Amino acid sequence: MNKRFAFLTILLSLSLVLAACGSGGSESGSNQDCEPDSNFVKAGIVTDEGGVDDKSFNQSAWEGLQAYGDEHCLEKGEHFDYAQSNSDTEYDSNLTRLTQSDYELVFGIGYKLTEAIEKVAEQNPDTKYALVDEVAEGDNIASITFKEHQGSFLVGVAAALKTETGKVGFVGGMDSPLINKFEVGYIAGVKSIDPSIEIDVRYAETFSDAGKGRQIANSMYNSDADVIYHAAGGAGNGVFNEAKDIKNNNPDRDVWVIGVDRDQYEEGALEVDDTEYNVTLTSMVKRVDISVQDVIERTMDGEFPAGETLEYGLSDNGISAADTNEEAYTEDIKSEVEDWKEQIQNGDIDVPSTHDELDEFLENL
Amino acid sequence: MSAIIDVLQSIIPSAFLFATPLIFTALGGVFSERSGIINIGLEGLMIMGAFLGVVINLELYPILGSTLTPWVSIIIAAIIGSLFASLHAIATVTFRADQVVSGVAINFLALGIGLFMIKQLYGKGQTDMVQGMLRSTDIPILSDIPLIGPIFFENTYYTNWIAVILAFVVWYIIFKTPFGLRLRSVGEHPFAADSVGINVNRMRYIAVMLSGFFGGAGGAIFALTFAGNFYMGTINGQGFIALAAVVFGKWHPLGALGAAVFFGVAQSLSVIGGGIPLLDSIPSVYLQIAPYVLTILALVGLVGRADAPKALGTPFVKGSR
Repeated sequence: MNKRFAFLTILLSLSLVLAACGSGGSESGSNQDCEPDSNFVKAGIVTDEGGVDDKSFNQSAWEGLQAYGDEHCLEKGEHFDYAQSNSDTEYDSNLTRLTQSDYELVFGIGYKLTEAIEKVAEQNPDTKYALVDEVAEGDNIASITFKEHQGSFLVGVAAALKTETGKVGFVGGMDSPLINKFEVGYIAGVKSIDPSIEIDVRYAETFSDAGKGRQIANSMYNSDADVIYHAAGGAGNGVFNEAKDIKNNNPDRDVWVIGVDRDQYEEGALEVDDTEYNVTLTSMVKRVDISVQDVIERTMDGEFPAGETLEYGLSDNGISAADTNEEAYTEDIKSEVEDWKEQIQNGDIDVPSTHDELDEFLENL
Repeated sequence: MSAIIDVLQSIIPSAFLFATPLIFTALGGVFSERSGIINIGLEGLMIMGAFLGVVINLELYPILGSTLTPWVSIIIAAIIGSLFASLHAIATVTFRADQVVSGVAINFLALGIGLFMIKQLYGKGQTDMVQGMLRSTDIPILSDIPLIGPIFFENTYYTNWIAVILAFVVWYIIFKTPFGLRLRSVGEHPFAADSVGINVNRMRYIAVMLSGFFGGAGGAIFALTFAGNFYMGTINGQGFIALAAVVFGKWHPLGALGAAVFFGVAQSLSVIGGGIPLLDSIPSVYLQIAPYVLTILALVGLVGRADAPKALGTPFVKGSR
């Protein structure tokens, strides 16, 4: 009787210990040859389930924090650090833990942390908080948002210039106001180039299931779409794999994927019969790192934007379209995109961010 | 007519593709449960398979090239998967622990080991994309058959057809061979089996390790057709769907095959239904919930009573009766 429980206990505890270890990490970026800046801000980030190497906004935020650390000669663990949440029950405890370890500025990465950050911020009025991707209410919270619709507009322009079939696709994660911004901006961009281009919009209702992403991409490519823009996180991997499979069977067929959040050039690479191809046309890059650095710098200057909502867009390089794939993303496309970018920056075009605004935008085309 | 063929041509290959990892894993589940061991750990076995498949693929690709790598990865993932499943066998057969609790532990453990090893090996929380993905092909000769060819044999994966053939092989093993008879008897009435000289514990060990073999292969196939890398969410719920397919298929290999294909069709209808002329007028919410509603309806109405193996979930204590 005892033996069986002992074994089970060992098995269970081993699994918990290992699961906890997976999130740790002991790399230390120490800077021995210089002195830390005297007016540094002790800053930390709390990730969502993606973790600091999710090849997406969590990683980008961490890179921003590391860049800040390098610049001011700070040490990880001492002056700045991250806390990874492995499930949504850990947001609260991670935020509280960093707060209690005397971090002056704590970032919550991702809209999923909204409730947790509002709660913890209320309990700790002396600590400063910043939330990425969503607007949070609170006198000691700064909200960081991005004009994703602007970037999506630009990649929409690129898609419209690239398509040969006159049909493009959009795969969203969850049908939510945030992802709708991507969809709406993209549609506006495509239609601005050629209103006759058809756009197939589908939502996977998941950010992680690559299987669903791939099935959607499969049906889109089958019905003659040749460029797909995904805003679906891990489910988007399925879109890349479908495009790569098509390319592998028929290297002459042109299918393209537009990546999201980071430059997803690497995800699109494949090799067929010793020839290298890349299906990533461009990516809608969201520079969370720039925003994180910016908020920290402002705090160092004593100008923490408490209670404010900061919107990063094209003008502050918070949003851009990647041009890594030079073969596919030709000079013509690039200069055309630059053209539209300037028009947006000048205010000549007001890119829609909701479905209602899109309807209006399309009527005025 | 041609519209219908178009629709079939878009639904069936995608449904089949989705069903393949489920078929593999569900066959593993059939082995385990037929021997009387509940296997909630199928999800964990798939996670293990996905992790191994991806890591081995990354490591061997430079040596083996694009044709061999995926197959070798799947086979090694299956073999190590069976060793991993033996933990479940040790817990439930030798130590007679609660089978559900042990299965849950397997699920946690697999994800823990996977993420921990990735962190140790590559220093990050997820792997790079693998180069040696499974690739679709046209199956020679068969794809030239009119009507059926384009639907079933064009742009398909060899793994799809291996899964179907394996379902029949497993059916033959379980119902037509002495080994299968022993396996079933151990799951139905271990005392009777013991009294005629069958080593109950050994049979159960073999069955659970076979479930690890198939589950590992299923996970590796999923990773190498869909995700392309390993991270926390690579396998999310497929193992549980496979478990449902085992029950839905009444613990019968061919039933499990049918159930897995059914889930595949339901899922691909929900995912790609919006792009099909007949279905695009239905609000997408209904298509999204369709797989679950269809499953409940099928379980209630069509399948009838699902009879589990009689000794399922009860450890065998020699001479206790």
